[in-house]
Amino acid sequence: MRGLRKSFNGELVLKGLDFDVARGEIFVIMGPSGSGKSVLLKHIIGLETPDEGEILIEGQPIQSPQVMERYRLAMLFQSGALLNSLNVGENVGLYLAEHRLKPPAEIARIVAEKLELVGLKGLEERSISDLSGGMKKRVAIARALVIEPQLMLYDEPTSELDPLTAVTIAEEILNLKERIHVTSLVVTHDRDLAFGVADRIAVINEGQILTIGTPAEVRRHSNPLIQKFLNADFNRNHAK
Amino acid sequence: MFQNIGELVILFWRTLQALPLTWRQRQKVFDQFFEIGNASLLMACILSLFIGGVIALQTGPVLVERGLASAVGGLVGISMCKELGPVMMSVLIAGRIGSSMAAEIGSMRVYQEIDALRTMNINPVHYLVLPRIVAIACALPLLVIFSVLVGWVGGALVSVGNDQIAITFKAYFSNLSDVVDVSDVLNGLFKSFVFALVIGVVSCHQGLQTIGGPRGIGRSVTKAVVNSIVLILILDYFLTRILL
Repeated sequence: MRGLRKSFNGELVLKGLDFDVARGEIFVIMGPSGSGKSVLLKHIIGLETPDEGEILIEGQPIQSPQVMERYRLAMLFQSGALLNSLNVGENVGLYLAEHRLKPPAEIARIVAEKLELVGLKGLEERSISDLSGGMKKRVAIARALVIEPQLMLYDEPTSELDPLTAVTIAEEILNLKERIHVTSLVVTHDRDLAFGVADRIAVINEGQILTIGTPAEVRRHSNPLIQKFLNADFNRNHAK
Repeated sequence: MFQNIGELVILFWRTLQALPLTWRQRQKVFDQFFEIGNASLLMACILSLFIGGVIALQTGPVLVERGLASAVGGLVGISMCKELGPVMMSVLIAGRIGSSMAAEIGSMRVYQEIDALRTMNINPVHYLVLPRIVAIACALPLLVIFSVLVGWVGGALVSVGNDQIAITFKAYFSNLSDVVDVSDVLNGLFKSFVFALVIGVVSCHQGLQTIGGPRGIGRSVTKAVVNSIVLILILDYFLTRILL
């Protein structure tokens, strides 16, 4: 990412972001709500265009036809973003069915396989509205896996989840790295998730990167903003 | 306003470009088509029956006074197929189906489902807009044919049953068939086809433009219905002038 800048209604949201992500690593972008993390992801998947700067994959702009042809991206949205009008199986197989990449029987086999990978074997016919938050996230992961992405983007993957389900999702992120060697970019404000899965962490605040380093380096960083974010804790004696 | 019109034209153009993909999306077209039918058939039937009846009731006694009692059939026939059938059905469909299209696409936009489609390289115009516009463009003219027939029957029932008019079915339908020409029916069908495109494009456009939460969806639905009805009434005048 090179000098990425973006403003909305005159307010600068991304103030010149520069960083590299290595192939196969889990790179976590961590920061408080409203720091520009989700806007950054939208730029990567092409839902927003930057005012300045560029996003490159091996030296070529991410939205160029060559990159689009060679690399597949998938994104796990904060809400899961499953299509409510389709059942679980149709959601997972949507990419293959719409692009007619496989015959229906083959799609059904792949869907079953991906659902089994995320621990939801046999739920193809289940309606989306009958799923819990964690199950929806796992269906969304299965849907992303069908694309067989080289780059997987996660937008707040553990938000709105109970701690046990959050752990399952974190394990899933690690498993995917092991199984399909996918490069992962995780955007989160969940400190446990960030330090649990990251190879490297970038801390972002008000559209600027404060630091990039391994989890241990970030933990030791002297920047007071980083320390405040990492060590924020609720103390009932301080509550008014 | 001009930006909106420009966006509507662009969306319509993109849908036209996607027309060759209709066969691939046929299942969604059928689903939408049957949804439109299910949602509107009974309503269309009741509405048309009473509209036909009211025209007969309003005009019948006046015509009887002037010794033109049998002309009720022609009057009901021509008003139903050239004007009231297409316009009333289009207004009904704008409220019943246009609102549901805007709400469905709007909630998909708000809850990032459309963003998810884009990340899978699935074009929302092909996946969401095309099937809806093709379905409504096929369903509305058929609904208008149904409405016209029911309206004629409504007019006939009142013309026969009302003491102030009291003509026979035979006299009613004989005058109707003398006055109403195939071109009159085609005129109404052409209007309804144009109105269907207006409802489809306006409603899908409002859905795709939705921002914010539930309040944004509500705003889109209201705009979709109001803008569709206003455009239908304006276009009705110009189409009537052209087709006269």
